[in-house]
Amino acid sequence: MKALLAVVMLVALGGCGEPPASRATGVYMLLDTSGTYTQEIDKALQIINYTLTRLEPGDSFAVARIDTASFSEKDIVAKATFDDRPSTANTQKRQFQTAVNEFVNTVRPSAYTDISGGLLQALEYLDEKDPGRRTIFIFSDLKEDLEKGYVRDFPLTFTGVDVVALNVTKLRSDNVDPREYLDRLATWQARVEQGGGRWRVINDLDRLERLFDT
Amino acid sequence: MLTDSVVGSALIWAVLAMTVMYLGRAPARQSLATLARMLHNALRMAAFGLRRAEQHLEARNREVLLAAGREAKERMVSREFERIAATVARDLGRYPETQRTLTETIQRIDDDHQATADVPPQVPGWSKAVKAVADAADKSDPSVRDVLEAIHDSMEKAQQRALAAYRRSSSDRHRLLSRMMPRWRDIQGRLRRMEAAVDSILERSRSIDRHMDEYREILAGTDRAVQTLSTSALVQFAVSTLVICVAIGGAVINFSLIARPMAEMVGGTSYIGAFRTADIAALVIILVEISMGLFLMESLRITRLFPVIAALPDRTRAYMCVFTLVILTTLASVEAGLAYMREILLQDELATSALLRGDAGGVMTSEALWITTAAQMGMGFILPFALTFVAIPLETFVQTLRHVLGMAAILTLRLANLALRILGQFLRQSAVLLQHLYDVVIFAPLWIANRVVERRASSEGAASRAEPAAPRVEPTREREEVPASRLEAGYGGYGEATV
Repeated sequence: MKALLAVVMLVALGGCGEPPASRATGVYMLLDTSGTYTQEIDKALQIINYTLTRLEPGDSFAVARIDTASFSEKDIVAKATFDDRPSTANTQKRQFQTAVNEFVNTVRPSAYTDISGGLLQALEYLDEKDPGRRTIFIFSDLKEDLEKGYVRDFPLTFTGVDVVALNVTKLRSDNVDPREYLDRLATWQARVEQGGGRWRVINDLDRLERLFDT
Repeated sequence: MLTDSVVGSALIWAVLAMTVMYLGRAPARQSLATLARMLHNALRMAAFGLRRAEQHLEARNREVLLAAGREAKERMVSREFERIAATVARDLGRYPETQRTLTETIQRIDDDHQATADVPPQVPGWSKAVKAVADAADKSDPSVRDVLEAIHDSMEKAQQRALAAYRRSSSDRHRLLSRMMPRWRDIQGRLRRMEAAVDSILERSRSIDRHMDEYREILAGTDRAVQTLSTSALVQFAVSTLVICVAIGGAVINFSLIARPMAEMVGGTSYIGAFRTADIAALVIILVEISMGLFLMESLRITRLFPVIAALPDRTRAYMCVFTLVILTTLASVEAGLAYMREILLQDELATSALLRGDAGGVMTSEALWITTAAQMGMGFILPFALTFVAIPLETFVQTLRHVLGMAAILTLRLANLALRILGQFLRQSAVLLQHLYDVVIFAPLWIANRVVERRASSEGAASRAEPAAPRVEPTREREEVPASRLEAGYGGYGEATV
C-alpha cells in the first residue's frame, strides 16, 4: 500500500514539473512565385495536399508565397491550427485546400524573390505557434533576387528547425555552369546549418513520404 | 636467457621448474585438495539450503493447495446440500399433504371396492319343495298341473327379476370400478413424482458421499489428494489463461472501437505521460466495464473474489446487482454510440483524404455500409457484457496462480540445487585432475624418486634378512616412507578420496 502511494505521489509530482513538451508539428511552406517558377506551382499543390493528409489535430500549417517582400503576414496564403477534434480538423483541412486552390488559380509572378524574408516570416510564425517539431518547406529554385534597398544579409536562427528545399530546379545559367547550382545549394545549407537548423533537399516528388523523415 | 641457445635455456628453465614443482608437490596438492574441499563444501551447503527452502516451499504449496481444495469441496458440498434442500422443499416438503391425499384416495378406492362386491342372485328357497310336489303328484291331474304351471310361472318371473337386479348391480359395480381408474392414475403419478424426488436426493447423496470422501482425503492431506488437486489446478490454470487471453483479444477490439471517437470527446492532442488522453479514457471505460462485470458476478455469487460482497445481505446484493447492471447497460450504450461515431469519423476522414488526393470519387459510398456500422454498434454493445464473464476465469486464474507460481519456484530451486551439486562434484573432480596433471608435469623427478625409494627398500630388505633378530622399527609418521605404488597413484593427495 505504501509502495502504491509512493508511486502515485511520484507520478503526481512528476506532472508538477516543467510543462510537457508539445507533440504538435508546425509546418510553414514557402512558395516561390517569381518568374517562370510559377509554372511549377501545381507540384506545390501536390505537396500541400500530402502534408495535409499527414498532419494531425493540434498541428499547425501555413502556406505563404515568396515575392518581392516576403517578410509580411500578407504573403500567407492559408494558415490553420487544426482543432483537437478530428472531425473539425478534417473540415479545416478541406477549407485549407480550397484556399490554396484559389491562390494557385489566381497567382501572378512576382518581380523579385525574397527567400530570406519568407524564412524570417516562417521562423516568426513557428515561434508563435511553438510546436514540438518545426519544419519549413521551401518550394523554390533558391535563387534569391532582392529588390534594391532590401536588407537580408543577416544571420537567421534555425534552432530545432528542419528546412527542406523542394523541387530545386536548375536554371538556364545552371546548365551553363553547374557550379552555380551547387554553390547556391551549399550557400543555403551553410546558412541554415550555421543558424542551428537541419538542411535537406528533396527533388524527387514521387517520394513525398521523405518529407517528414527526421 | 641463461644460455645462447634457446633450446638449452628452455631445458634449464624446465628442469628448474620441475625441481621447484617437485619440491613443492605436497603443499601444492594439499592446497588444491583443500580448495576443492572448501568449494565443494560451500556448494554442498548452498545446495542443502536450497533443498531446505524447496522443502519449505513445497510444504507451504501443499498447504495452500489443500486449503484451496478444502474450500472448493466445502463449496461443492454446500451447493449439493442447497440442491437437496431445494428438492426436499419442492417435492418432499408437501409430503404430509400428499400422504393425506393418498390416504383419502385409497380410502375412496377401498370404499368403491367394497361397494363392488359381487352379490349372487337369491336362489328361490322352495325349489326342492316344488320338485317334491312335482315328483309325488300325479302330473296327469289337471289341478296339480295348474299348480305346477303357476309355480313355474312364478319361478320364471322371480328369475327374471333376479337377473334384472343382478344386471343393475353389475352395472353399478362397473361404474364404481371405472371411477377408480383416475384415482389409481393419480396415486401412480404422485408416487412417480415421489420416486423422482427420492432418486434425485439419492443421486445427490451419492455425489455428497463422493465429495465427502475426497474432502476427508484432503483433510488427511494424502498424497493422492494433493496429486489430484495439483493436476486439477494446472488444468484450470491453463484453461483460465486461455480464456483470459481470448478476453484480452476482445478488450483490444473493444478498445479500437472506441479509442478514435473518444478523441472527439476529450480531444486528440492532450497527453497524460506518454499516452494520449483519448486512449487512456477508452481504456478506463473498458476497465470500468470489467470492474462492473466483476461486481455483478460477485453480487450473483458466481465468483467469490471479494468476501465483503459475498457477506452482504441478500437485499443489498440484489440492489448492487441492479446497480451494476444499469451501469453496464449505460456503458454498453455509450460504446455503441461511440462505435457509430467511429464509422462516421472514418468516412469523413476517408472523404477528406480522397479530396486531398484529388480522388473525390474514391470514397466507397455503398448502400451496404450500414451493415458494418450496425456490426460495429452491435459489437460495441455486446462486448461489455461479454467481458463481464471474464470474472469467472479470472477467479480461477487468481486461485491457481499461487499454486503454479509455487510449483515454478520449487522447480527453479530444484534445478539450482542440482546445478550446485553438479558444480561441487565438478570442482572436486577437477582438483583430482589437476593433481594428476601436476604429477604429469613433474613426471621425471617423480620417476627418479620412485627408483631411489625402490632401491632403498630393496637394500633395507637385504639388511633385514641379514639381521633377522633385529627388532622391527615402525617408521614415525614424520619419517614415513611413501611406497612407490602409492606415489604413482597419487598418495597423500585428494585423488584417494572417495568421490
